[in-house]
Order: sequence, then C-alpha cells, then structure tokens
Amino acid sequence: MDVFSGENLTCIRGDRIVFANLNFSIEGGEVLHLQGPNGSGKSTLLRLMAGLINPFKGKLNWNGSEIQIQERDFCIYFHYVGHRDAIKNALTVEENLRFWSDLKSLGQNRYLIKKALDTFLLTNLSNLPARFLSAGQRKRLNLARLCTTQAPLWILDEPANSLDKESSEILDNLIKFHQKEGGILAIATHDILMPGSKTLNITDFSNSINSIDLDHE
Amino acid sequence: MAFRNGTDTWVVVMFFMIVVILFPLGVGPEPAILSKISSGVIWVAALLSAMLSMDRLFHVDYDDGSLDLLALHPQPLEFIVLAKVLAHWLTTGLPLIIISPLLAIFLNMDISSYFTLIVSLFLGTPTLSLIGSIGAALILGARRSGALLSLIILPLFIPVLIFGVSAVEASILGISSKPQLLILGGLFLLSSALCPLASAASLRQAIE
Repeated sequence: MDVFSGENLTCIRGDRIVFANLNFSIEGGEVLHLQGPNGSGKSTLLRLMAGLINPFKGKLNWNGSEIQIQERDFCIYFHYVGHRDAIKNALTVEENLRFWSDLKSLGQNRYLIKKALDTFLLTNLSNLPARFLSAGQRKRLNLARLCTTQAPLWILDEPANSLDKESSEILDNLIKFHQKEGGILAIATHDILMPGSKTLNITDFSNSINSIDLDHE
Repeated sequence: MAFRNGTDTWVVVMFFMIVVILFPLGVGPEPAILSKISSGVIWVAALLSAMLSMDRLFHVDYDDGSLDLLALHPQPLEFIVLAKVLAHWLTTGLPLIIISPLLAIFLNMDISSYFTLIVSLFLGTPTLSLIGSIGAALILGARRSGALLSLIILPLFIPVLIFGVSAVEASILGISSKPQLLILGGLFLLSSALCPLASAASLRQAIE
C-alpha cells in the first residue's frame, strides 16, 4: 500500500511564512481534506505536494523514501488538477484529452479517453473546439484527465468549482472509486463533503511555529 | 497547436513584408541605394517579426495553467522548450525564409546573393527563436511584458544580425561568405545547447 507523507514542511512566500512545521501522512484509500479560509495556503500546500514549489524546509516522502523534486520519476505517481484548466481553445475536446494522455504515457489509451469522455458526459461535445465550452464544461474536461491517468495519488485544488450538481456527483463517485482502488487523494474543497477523511487545517500551522499532530475525524 | 491558430503566422509574414516595403517608400526608389541596404533591411525586418510573435511563446501556457502540467511531466522541461521553439520557428521563421527572395526582388538585391541570404536566414532565424525563448520565459508574470521582452532580447540578437548581414554583404561584393555563415552556424549550435537550459530554469522560476 502506498504512503505519501510530508515532514516538517515550511513554506515561505515573499516575507510571509505561509505555514511552518507541517506534517501529514496519507495511506492508500485515504483522503486528506485541506481546510482553511481563503488565502490560508491550501493551494500553496497542494502545489508544494505536486513539486511545483520547493519547500523552504522539510521533505516529502513516497513509500518512505524522500522525493527529489529534481528527479522526474515521481511525476508518474500523481496527477495534479489546479485552478486553471489548461485547456487549449484551438483543439477539440477529445484532442485536448488525447494530447495530455499521450504526453504522460506513450501507450495506446483510446479506450481510456472514451471512458473519460463518457464519465463526464462529454461524448456529445468531443468534436467541438474547446473555446465553445462553458466554465463548468471546461472544468469537467479538466477533471476527465483523472480518468486517463493511472496515477495512485490525486492532488485536487477546488475541483468542484463551477460544477453543477450532477457533475459534482460524478466527481464524488470517481473519488469513491479511486479510494476503493487504494488510491490516495489530497483535496482542498468547500463544496464536496468528505465523510471519513483526514482533515488538515492549515491555520493550525500558519500562526504558531509549534507542530501539531493531525487530528482524525 | 500553433498551426491551428493560423493568424499568428499571417500577422508575422505580413508585418515582415510591410516593413520591407516601407523602405523603398521612405528612402526613395533609387535602385543603387536600395540594393546597398537590402541585406540590412531584410535582416532587421526578420528580427523584428521574430520579436513580434515571441511573447506568445509561453504566455498562453502560463495563463491557462498548461505550464504547470508540462512542468509535472516526466519529460524534462528542456525538451518541451525545444519543442516549443521548433514549433515557433516552423510557424514564423520558415515562412519568412520562403518569402524573403520575393522581398529581395523589391529591394533590387543582386540575384547571386539570394542563396547566401536564404542560407544565412536558415542559420539565423532558429537562433533568434532560441534566444527569444529565454526572454519569453523571463517575462512571464511581468506587466507590460511586450516592451520588456524587446529590451531583454534585442541586444542579444545583435551578433546574429551582424553576421547575417555581413554574410549577405560579402556575397554581394563577390567574396566568400563562408566565414560569416560558419559563425552563424556556430551561434546556432551554441544557442541550441544553452538556451533550452536557461529557458527551462526561468520557466521553473515563473511557476513558483
């Protein structure tokens, strides 16, 4: 079973300490739910987990061994979904999906792409240039990439923004399925309820330098 | 990808043509003068048109978040930079080269030096794209990035300009332009080795 953990993570942006001595540990099948008000550093922590930001101090571990951000082998283990949708307007919906999954894995994955489009109800739109999509449809296309990766660790930053109720349920089911498969999830969200998840409140680490253990709910 | 947004290419080619055509109008239609300045005009115009499209090289990817995902891919960012530069050159550099003999006719350039002009552009424009990628990566997130970009990279274009123009000039004078072309080739090889490293490093900074 995979374990993803962080030790003594400290992040400084500009002159401000965003959080200090933050620890977390997530095992396969578990969800880490980041909480905190806007601007408290949830996105920063998620970007740090994804290796987009170097921590000022501390380290990230995957199955007990330290992740070297410079080594790109770790990239295949996770999938990051950020605020911005990374959708190319000039390409069609299906081409957008195919481009990214081709970049990630060189194998044949037509079936996975078809399944991803089906899951997020985008099959009817698959030949439409992405510039015609609405905000919610773009988000769905962004999330559909989750279905095309086999990454065990998902890092999701506000994935339910601008989704309608039906799409949120799809995402919810996808997350449950991912959990059942033994996948790990780190998520920051205000919209989806995450029963049975570990919670991590960023504000606990932003004001005091003392390390506080994760509390289980 | 860049091909799909075809307008970029047209804008660059039209810009190139208009700049070159403006010179006979401004300097006067004296064939002797025109043929004297022809190589310089074409090279400066090529340089400015390469600049024109340069700021879009990484900007769209940066804005829509694709750059984050590209940085998280197993392929090193350096290769991705190289691929983007190649795409940039194919959509802007190559059309300029194809159209340049036509513009050389406008400027009454000596027919014997067309070949040198094309070879020098072939060696020079990829170098411009490569050097420009550093600037395009550095300006990400800056305000008024277009003006900043020209200030950063135009001085770096000077060596390419000097040797590009003097190669064509030499062949107009009937002497061998081989030394200049060799230097242009050297600049190209040097920049193709170093520029992707520098661009990727500044892209990583931009993402943080």
